[in-house]
Amino acid sequence: MNEIALKELLYKIADDQLILGHRNSEWTGMGPLLEEDIAFSSMAQDKVGQSYAIYNLLHALGEQEPDTIAFTRNANQFHNSIFTELPNSEYDFSLIRHFLYDTAEIIRFDLLTRSAYQPLADLAVKVRAELRYHTLHANTWIKQLGSATEESISRLQHSLDTALPHALGMFEESLYEQDLIHDSIFAGEKILMERWKQQVEIILSKTQLQLPDWDTLTAVNGGRKGQHSEHLQPLLDEMSEVFRIDPTAEW
Amino acid sequence: MYGGGNTFEGIKTDSLAQEDPVKLAEFEARIARGEKIEPSDWMPQLYRKQLIRMIEQHAHSEIIGALPEGTWITRAPGFKRKLALMAKVQDEVGHAQLLYSAAETLGKSREQMINDLINGKSKYSNIFNYPAFTWADSCFISWLVDAGAIVNQLANAKGSYGPYCRALDRICAEESFHLKYGHHCVIYLATGTPKQRAMFQEALNRWWAPMMHFFGPSDKISAHTEVLMKWKVKMASNDDMRNQFLDMYVPKIWELGFTIPDPKLRKNPETGRWDYTEPDWEEFKRVINGDGPCNKERLEVRRIAEERGHWVREALKAPKASYVMPLA
Ligand SMILES: [Fe+2]
Ligand SMILES: [Fe+2]
Ligand SMILES: [Fe+2]
Repeated sequence: MNEIALKELLYKIADDQLILGHRNSEWTGMGPLLEEDIAFSSMAQDKVGQSYAIYNLLHALGEQEPDTIAFTRNANQFHNSIFTELPNSEYDFSLIRHFLYDTAEIIRFDLLTRSAYQPLADLAVKVRAELRYHTLHANTWIKQLGSATEESISRLQHSLDTALPHALGMFEESLYEQDLIHDSIFAGEKILMERWKQQVEIILSKTQLQLPDWDTLTAVNGGRKGQHSEHLQPLLDEMSEVFRIDPTAEW
Repeated sequence: MYGGGNTFEGIKTDSLAQEDPVKLAEFEARIARGEKIEPSDWMPQLYRKQLIRMIEQHAHSEIIGALPEGTWITRAPGFKRKLALMAKVQDEVGHAQLLYSAAETLGKSREQMINDLINGKSKYSNIFNYPAFTWADSCFISWLVDAGAIVNQLANAKGSYGPYCRALDRICAEESFHLKYGHHCVIYLATGTPKQRAMFQEALNRWWAPMMHFFGPSDKISAHTEVLMKWKVKMASNDDMRNQFLDMYVPKIWELGFTIPDPKLRKNPETGRWDYTEPDWEEFKRVINGDGPCNKERLEVRRIAEERGHWVREALKAPKASYVMPLA
């Protein structure tokens, strides 16, 4: 088994979960209604908790402590997709991102339940169960707001158009893609993306939102290689503000 | 968390003359027997009005209280703290939801209550008008403000209004987790590096006066609320709650080696109660009436959140939407 390939896979998944979990948590106290405030917080807690579990797998493979990994790296050492680091913007964008991201995420973890790397397969079973509530939540809200009022439909449409090229960046392939597939660690980004597109089409067909022709879209890549937007470093600076006061201290 | 020391103003009992004396007597007898009043039961207008006011203030305190702590979620040092603080603040928002539902059973809608909050018509706990500058401030809030809230909420949970009591029972169970989390955070600061210790000492210096204010004006100067005590709306006097808090937490703060910024603070062996420097009640009044360091900011954040969420709430009213508000 190619351990470098495995670690890279684990890093990108964990980084995605941590960064989007962090973004989702920014809605706490600011949600459009209390119920949504609470829902976004739950999902944020799941995501951050899942990232922690994956950093622990990395730690078992010889990487540093989860706190060190998460709170001391710079932006160019993070392998999350650029999509996850974009600011929350208005609720329409956050909701669309939640839908597009979580739809991919549950398929990714579903594929990982069959991973040849057993610790990951075991974790994926647990994560997949948690994610059912996330996609149920996303689908319900997309269907409702995607067919409710003129304003809600046009806001969601606009955010969908903005989000899609970034969402495609989630499927940026690894240098070790073939090794992962060959070693049955992960079925690969192509298969994931195809299944994701189908699922996105199914849900959006139940709304008044229009999906552009996939071929007209260009993926915003780079995140998987540590090339990020200007939004990631400030997020990390904020996240590690207290931790960095004294990284050897116990908090 | 919760704002203790609800700002009860002097109660005018004139309206009681218009109530049916037989029903009123029956109502008071039920309360005296320890029965709970339920939403569909007869109740005097004054009781309804005061309860709405109190539960609404409590709900506002939860949602506004989520703001100073909420800003530390994105900065919490390490996974353990980050996850716990997220869960804690989420609980506080959940408390607001429960309490708004409890108040709604008395006939005021959540929307009206939130509008009154934003317009400055209704109050929330004064303590959240102070800034949380450092991580240690957020630890002070989680431990000691929540501790104060528990003193207050445990008392109120024995009150007479059924839906409020039931909400409080659920809330108190969660608060005990907050208290543990907060205490744990402070222990780590207390036993950590000199810098960490200094951080908490500074937080304590900043927050002690607001904490003393938390339970409301001293009994000597606070408004007459006998009828609210009789109706089990207000369950303990401000000074009694303050004293109970000091009894429970001053020893714990001292045990950690911190200095409480009040040279007069000591337990009086003759009275069995705490002596302390009289808090500055003029400042309390000034802050609660809108002139504190963060009043404007807190309400502005709340107003912006409501405004930005307006289209979502409108969209939920559309016929296709099947979203249902959870009940208390
Ligand atoms: Fe609390
Ligand atoms: Fe609370
Ligand atoms: Fe919670």
